[in-house]
Amino acid sequence: MSLFRSRWLSPLTLLFLWEALCRSGVIPEHVLAAPSTVLVTLAQMVRSGELLHNLLISFGRVSLGLAIGVAIGIAAGLVAGLSRPGEALVDPVMQIKRTIPVVALAPLFIIWFGIGETPKVALIAFATLFPVYLNLYNGIRGVDKRLVDAGVSFGLSRTQLILHVILPGALPSLLVGLRYALTISIVMLVIAEQINASAGLGFLINYARDFMRTDIIVVCLMVYVLLGLGADLLIRLIEDRALAWRPKLVEA
Amino acid sequence: MSVTLAFARPPQRPVDPETPLVRLRGFTRRFGETVILDDLDLDIAHGEIVALLGHSGSGKTTLLRTLANLDSVEGQDVTIPGVRAVVFQDARLLPWKRVWKNVVLGLGGRNVRARAEAALAEVGLTHRLNAWPLTLSGGEAQRTALARALVREPELLLLDEPFAALDALTRLKMHALVLRLWRVHRPAVLLVTHDVDEAMALADRVLVLAKGRIIAEERIEAERGKRTATIRDLRARLLGYLGVDAHAASYADLVAGAHEPQTVAAE
Repeated sequence: MSLFRSRWLSPLTLLFLWEALCRSGVIPEHVLAAPSTVLVTLAQMVRSGELLHNLLISFGRVSLGLAIGVAIGIAAGLVAGLSRPGEALVDPVMQIKRTIPVVALAPLFIIWFGIGETPKVALIAFATLFPVYLNLYNGIRGVDKRLVDAGVSFGLSRTQLILHVILPGALPSLLVGLRYALTISIVMLVIAEQINASAGLGFLINYARDFMRTDIIVVCLMVYVLLGLGADLLIRLIEDRALAWRPKLVEA
Repeated sequence: MSVTLAFARPPQRPVDPETPLVRLRGFTRRFGETVILDDLDLDIAHGEIVALLGHSGSGKTTLLRTLANLDSVEGQDVTIPGVRAVVFQDARLLPWKRVWKNVVLGLGGRNVRARAEAALAEVGLTHRLNAWPLTLSGGEAQRTALARALVREPELLLLDEPFAALDALTRLKMHALVLRLWRVHRPAVLLVTHDVDEAMALADRVLVLAKGRIIAEERIEAERGKRTATIRDLRARLLGYLGVDAHAASYADLVAGAHEPQTVAAE
């Protein structure tokens, strides 16, 4: 195992370079804090409880927004996927919604919901419902017709068909949609928290910007990264359990 | 014109040899202008194996879908039994359910696991009970599909070219298995196939379907296992109905040299 072949080499070199440039004064602290300073700040923020407090607030926002968005997305996907009238009703609205950039709705949401928690949660919910809807709807419509025929030939009722054939068949697509939704939710969290937040990671960043505390900004960036990685890990865990039947995940 | 669906369960199954289990009279199905099945009469007796030969597009699959109650038969004179089961060419197992759950798909009751185990033991798949369907070989998948059909104790077993995608050796074993299971359970069987030899080995009666009509019917009187002597002429006749002019010979001599079969300008 050669160090020069390792994929750790370039990131570590960059980190050392960053540290060296900061210590030598080439990069002043108000432009970018040194990695060591960031770690010290991180430790302080963890010890004081400041980080956990604001992280929990952000986490609550993203969880609530996701829960609402995913629920609406699944409901709309089921309605449009399982019935033709439902499709005619739901799909056009969803396609129109898709063309509106959600970020551009922020001013309208502020007028409607004020500058409290509601517009932040609403932005996340509104942005995450579409990928869930679209993937579930396509997943249901893409279920193998021959399997449905087989189910009918064995006398399955419509409810049994939906539960045993159609929904399990659409699950892989739904999980893809969920993965998109999680990624989008973190992005929307960052954007939403720039709206006059009085707590949360976005608030910490705004506060740090006003006092040129680049160390705090970097700490918050790290937390955003960890949130994203955590979301990805969560989906992987769900996939490993729910899609254990797929050949590439099955130990032959 | 009447539609009769007899929903008899196995224990009270009426064993009246005079009444056919399946009865179609003047059955016609068309898609738009195209007539798929044309004024078709069909009887299948209890416990009888009927093979249905025909080219692609002759209406075989449509007839099978009708007998499986997958297509509406409204307004037509059709009698099909209440308990039917289909084995398709592609096994059509649900990949997200383990083998034993596929077998008892849609069945209720407390002892479903035991029933699945018994059915899978019959087809020799006890060791694959908890396997995922996508890890099965082609033969194992078809045996699972067979178990899934038989666990319902069907009065009518519909086999839609179930061995066509298997290799020759596996097909041989499957033929033997199907006959063994048929002797135990005695369902009426409709076997849809391209394979003249398969039809002659398994069936009591062979029907040839062309352009939506039954153009020939051959009853095989010889017992299964003692058919070699009588089968050569029959093969030539059946191939003739299918538009292949062949001499009476075993397959080994059929396709070679002087006896090279000629496709008659048909269809």
